[in-house]
Amino acid sequence: MLRYVTLKVGRALFVVWAAFTLTFVLLFVLPVNPVDLLFDPAEINTIPPEVRKQVAENYGFDDPVIVQYLDRLGHALTGDFGNSVQSGRPVTAAILDVLPSTLVLASGALVLALLIAFVIALVATSTRHAWVRNLVEALPSGSVSVPVFLSGILILQIFSFRLSWFPAFGGEGARSLVLPLITLAIPVSGPIAQLLVRSFATEFHSGYVTTSWAKGATRGGIIIRDVFRNASLPAFTIAGITFGNLIAGSVITETVFARKGIGRMTQIAINTLDVPLVQGVVVLVAVSFALINLIVDLIYPLLDPRLRATLAISIPQAATGGLR
Amino acid sequence: MTAELDTFAAPTRLPGPAAERPAFARSLVSRLGELAHQPILVLSWIIVLVVIGWAVAPGLFTSYGPYTGDTAASFVPPSAEHWFGTDRLGRDLFARSVYGARTTLTATLLAVIIAFGVGMAVGLVAGFAGRVADTVIMRVVDVFLAIPSLLLAMVMVSVLGYSTTNIALAVGISSIASFARVMRAQVLSVVTQDYVKAAYGLGVGRLGVMVKHVVPNSLSSVIALAALEVGTAVLAVASLGFLGYGAPPPEPEWGLLVAEGRDYVAVHPWASIMPGVALAIVVIATHRISTSFRKDHR
Repeated sequence: MLRYVTLKVGRALFVVWAAFTLTFVLLFVLPVNPVDLLFDPAEINTIPPEVRKQVAENYGFDDPVIVQYLDRLGHALTGDFGNSVQSGRPVTAAILDVLPSTLVLASGALVLALLIAFVIALVATSTRHAWVRNLVEALPSGSVSVPVFLSGILILQIFSFRLSWFPAFGGEGARSLVLPLITLAIPVSGPIAQLLVRSFATEFHSGYVTTSWAKGATRGGIIIRDVFRNASLPAFTIAGITFGNLIAGSVITETVFARKGIGRMTQIAINTLDVPLVQGVVVLVAVSFALINLIVDLIYPLLDPRLRATLAISIPQAATGGLR
Repeated sequence: MTAELDTFAAPTRLPGPAAERPAFARSLVSRLGELAHQPILVLSWIIVLVVIGWAVAPGLFTSYGPYTGDTAASFVPPSAEHWFGTDRLGRDLFARSVYGARTTLTATLLAVIIAFGVGMAVGLVAGFAGRVADTVIMRVVDVFLAIPSLLLAMVMVSVLGYSTTNIALAVGISSIASFARVMRAQVLSVVTQDYVKAAYGLGVGRLGVMVKHVVPNSLSSVIALAALEVGTAVLAVASLGFLGYGAPPPEPEWGLLVAEGRDYVAVHPWASIMPGVALAIVVIATHRISTSFRKDHR
């Protein structure tokens, strides 16, 4: 068990370190002249050479790459990713500024997405009509096929411009949160729903359900008491994918609705080539991803007695690679 | 993203004898017969073929040019004359969508080829070359999976420069990891099969076994993933285009068309919605087709 935990923690740490190194190579080493990246592309020709030289010195671009790397890594370990080029503020502070806004949006969307996914899975399992099941099962693949920017614009058009139920833009107040929340929940719900539909179907045809039928349980009773509990667990295994979808979705959603947040900040940082800020965001995302997968890996065996049993014997192959 | 979960689904359908033999070896006639019972699948194929036609010979599908507009006829709503309406400069939006298919689909194709080719090779090495290579490759794959592909693609485009080709490269590279993982899993299961052991027993070398037995029998699930990736890549390319990382404005690219229309969405909604809906329909069609692939190959 201890070996399992050490292995998982080690892998999580490795992923974070490698994400830092990868972004360092991409953003600081690969560009022929990293100093150019630090200026607005439109003004690049108006920058006098002395200023360039001084900026290069400030950022340590004249040092050997390995010195730069160790310096940045050392600072990053203390949570210091340097200063944003655009605003001059520390990257960490800039991120913490907009983080709550995105957290509210993402967690709200996640709750809504889970609700949608469970409703789809429950309806698909409990219905006796094949056409209802087919229709409902087609929804998740539809929801991942419609681009987020399109669903955002459609929702904006219908509920804001036509019906005037909700404000179109702006980030303040609960009412302005409703439309972005729905927009983001749609693509996030798709993969969860697909997984749940399959998992519900598998459990519904398993042996213990037959036993419950034999004991005289009703269809509804079986689905709520037996299937629901056992079939919901696998949703944890795609926590990492769900997180990725939330991040990618929030970039587009925040852009469409002009909401402040990590996604929009990232987009602006990339547009203005704000290299330190971009690196900070990527590392933050990698840390969150690694943390989420670590928690799932450590908690999942506790929730699933079958996995716990295999764990006691050896490190299960399923948990180390197959499931995630 | 959905690809991973689909291919790693609970093995409800265990590979039977059909899985040992490539599904395309079945007779064409029986497959066409099956198609007749699946009108939506047929419709999906028609949609995809028409859109490929748009990309190959756009002039056959519209008499308007993608750049020429009549400013007197700006923001005409969809009509028999202008199926998708016109934009601010009076350019026909259907024509722009038709011509845009080439930009978007070429980028998609390039992205899928990169992801498929490199991902397959990396996964094959990981699964076949022994434990050290496997460990090293899979840890690197872990890192790429830890960064959402849209974010990774955005970072790469910012370094490479804004263009549709670079978008294609970025989308392709950021999808390599999932292909590598699926290929590796498949290779690992194939190398334990009896026919592989038999081939070794008959004196076939490692390279021969790899080329003649492991690769052909591992390909099916990677091909299914590639089919799914087409839809995902169209979405990714269009999303990056929408965010403004692709071709510069006069160019008709699907994501950019939606972005251009977005500024007028309150008054002239069709300008962004019509190209967007066309894009969504294409993605839905490719997903439907990829589902049929997956069923064939299980």
